Amino acid sequence: MTDRLKKILLGEQGLVVIFIVAFALVSALVPNFLTDRNMLGLLQSVVTVGIVACTMMFCLAARDFDLSVGSIVAFAGMVAVMASNYTGSILLGLLAAIACGAFVGFINGVVIAKFRINALITTLATMQIVRGFALIASDGRAVGINSPDFYQLALSKLLGIPTPIWVLAVLFGIFGFVLNRTVFGKNTLAIGGNPEASRLAGVNVDWTRIWIFALQGVVCGIAGILLASRITSGQPNAAVGLELSVISACVLGGVSLAGGRATMSGVIVGVLIMGIAENAMNLLNIPAFYQYIVRGVILLLAVLLDNLRSSALGRR
Amino acid sequence: MSFLEFLHITKTYPGVKALSDVSFGVAKGAVHGLMGENGAGKSTLIKILSGDQHADSGEISIDGKVQVYASTRNAFDNGVIVIHQELQLVPELTVAENLSLGRFPASAGIIAGRRMLDDVGAKLKSAGIDIDISRKVKTLSIGERQMVEIAKAIMLDARVIALDEPTSSLSSRESEILFALIDRLRAEGKVIIYVSHRLDEVFRLCDSLTVLRDGKLAAHHTTLEGVTRDQVVAEMVGREISDIWGFRPRKSGDVRLKVEAVSGAKLKTPASFEARAGEIVGFFGLIGAGRSELTRLVFGADPRSGGTISVDGKVVHAADPQGAIRAGIVLCSEDRKHDGIIQGRSIEENINISSRRHHARFGVLNRASEIATAETFIKKLKVRTPSRKQDIINLSGGNQQKVILGRWLSEQGVRVLIVDEPTRGIDVGAKSEIYELLYQLAEDGMAIVVVSSELPEVMGICDRILVMCGGRIGAELTRDQFAEKAILAAALPDTKTPDAIAS
Repeated sequence: MTDRLKKILLGEQGLVVIFIVAFALVSALVPNFLTDRNMLGLLQSVVTVGIVACTMMFCLAARDFDLSVGSIVAFAGMVAVMASNYTGSILLGLLAAIACGAFVGFINGVVIAKFRINALITTLATMQIVRGFALIASDGRAVGINSPDFYQLALSKLLGIPTPIWVLAVLFGIFGFVLNRTVFGKNTLAIGGNPEASRLAGVNVDWTRIWIFALQGVVCGIAGILLASRITSGQPNAAVGLELSVISACVLGGVSLAGGRATMSGVIVGVLIMGIAENAMNLLNIPAFYQYIVRGVILLLAVLLDNLRSSALGRR
Repeated sequence: MSFLEFLHITKTYPGVKALSDVSFGVAKGAVHGLMGENGAGKSTLIKILSGDQHADSGEISIDGKVQVYASTRNAFDNGVIVIHQELQLVPELTVAENLSLGRFPASAGIIAGRRMLDDVGAKLKSAGIDIDISRKVKTLSIGERQMVEIAKAIMLDARVIALDEPTSSLSSRESEILFALIDRLRAEGKVIIYVSHRLDEVFRLCDSLTVLRDGKLAAHHTTLEGVTRDQVVAEMVGREISDIWGFRPRKSGDVRLKVEAVSGAKLKTPASFEARAGEIVGFFGLIGAGRSELTRLVFGADPRSGGTISVDGKVVHAADPQGAIRAGIVLCSEDRKHDGIIQGRSIEENINISSRRHHARFGVLNRASEIATAETFIKKLKVRTPSRKQDIINLSGGNQQKVILGRWLSEQGVRVLIVDEPTRGIDVGAKSEIYELLYQLAEDGMAIVVVSSELPEVMGICDRILVMCGGRIGAELTRDQFAEKAILAAALPDTKTPDAIAS
């Protein structure tokens, strides 16, 4: 009995099983959890983390790290609002935001891959630089959205489900496909497994890494736009600490910080587990201070489980 | 009753029976050889001895006492020390510190440096190991580090010392020093388990020998008197291998690879050579002679500062691996673990990593052809694995090497195959298979460049040998000119005589 349980929990799909059990438990025990409204609210709350986690997964899988995502999200949101206010065209605003995100990501990538500066240090620097830009651009104040159409990005619904959730779902699909079914995805995993061997096998390691960071910037741009639309303004102080939530969700989803191991399904589950924990604690009126502790404990347990699984698989 | 006794050891990994009912004993003061092909169970047995793994059933007894280890530390404390291929030393600490690690002589947490140096110095002196103990380990050669590892065993008064392929990265001279040390340990009554692929060494050193095959005891010799090498090889592979080289003469065609005055940061003197279609060219030299450096420049693994490389008369302009692969030059590196295998990824992915670009469309993989490619090369190269999805890290050295060869053979239009130390750490059976493969590829018109520090190997399989010494190509010999003395003389710097290194 316990042997079988162990086998299931430590198997390939262990995390999914735990997720289903946790979901069932929370549904049964927490009042008002399993309602349409709460479910949509839960998904809305994980949109930003979920979107950024898509590309953070690539970053981690290639043995890299990106701390600048929170700042890029805030900066892109500011750019989207200010550019669309200035030009009067929402489309131009959105394009400008994505371009800015891509640019910052590209710079990250070039510095890390070509100048061989440690990713942690590089993105720690850009995290502060970009946050500085966001603050300077608005003189530290929030910038309101002029056109009501901009709100519609977050408020509009398709088949009763808000647009941001659709965006999240589509990105999950796209990046899941990219990771498993494209040369780019496989090269990412190979670089994480052994960068030098990948280079000698003909993989363009530098450009793959630059692309990963640039994509990360694009995705942060999208997340920034949706966030600005939801909070109806560009906030220079938005998304502080986002990088840690995103990395937590990825690690929770079984992405190895040593590189070479990542699955989209794992990351989705990781994102949802974080969302459910927070949602359930809110419904139970647990004070925010305690929520930090719970989140930390969940993360530690997930990593411990992952460790057990690795040794059960006999990886040395 | 033997001093060290393995009794009915059985160990199963998921999908593989690594050891089944292995029993044998080793007497005190004996060097006992442990041989077998990769995957025969040697490493597993050593891991069980060291407490790193636990046997499913069976036991180990030392001096009549059954040993039960909870950890390697526990085995340590019981006088069992295993020296692995990958050495376990802290590079930034000195020799003395490494040898005292975990047992620093200290008062109130402050290390008594003087006492440490004296203790370690005295111990090493009595054991006859001559190393400056105040040097940092990172400044030592591999051979010296090996000495430090053995010194560690001596410091701990080990009763049983197991050495796993100790000479795989040592020069002949360093090996001789190691052998002298092992002789001394034998005289002191230690039990030495000596795991090696090299028959020469086993016959030179060992008193007794156990051969494992497919996890079972294939043979146990209490003495090596009257035992022949052919017999041991047959026991290892389960069949007779008369000539492991199996050389077949071929006709060589036009010049395929032309390297002219190539130089780089690690190879100052410009080097030139050619390899013809269907020819196997060997590079021989001591470690550091510049062989690997030269081949890395040809493949574009390191940037070159001058010279031209051409394949079939066409100049290769790019100086990176991607450009070389597109021009038809591929390289199997000497350091498989660092430069070859992609750990954590499957055999399938390791094979397809380069060639997948030929059948991917708009960057999207063609799964069917990737699976087919993987299956084809697993079968063709006889990679022993339960599945193509197996993580490459779980394969033996020989099988990993085959996967890397598969990676290159699945490429299209390979004209020049460079293999650096193709059979390092690989057993006899797999060796013959790899040689046979090289002959076939040469017959199909590939130019093959083999880099090796094993003289019998280059003499056995190459059509022509280029000898490097001190960063330059010093001599060139065709097969009819092959002579051990001449090749060694060309490989050695002027001051040394060939006899000092020939063993």
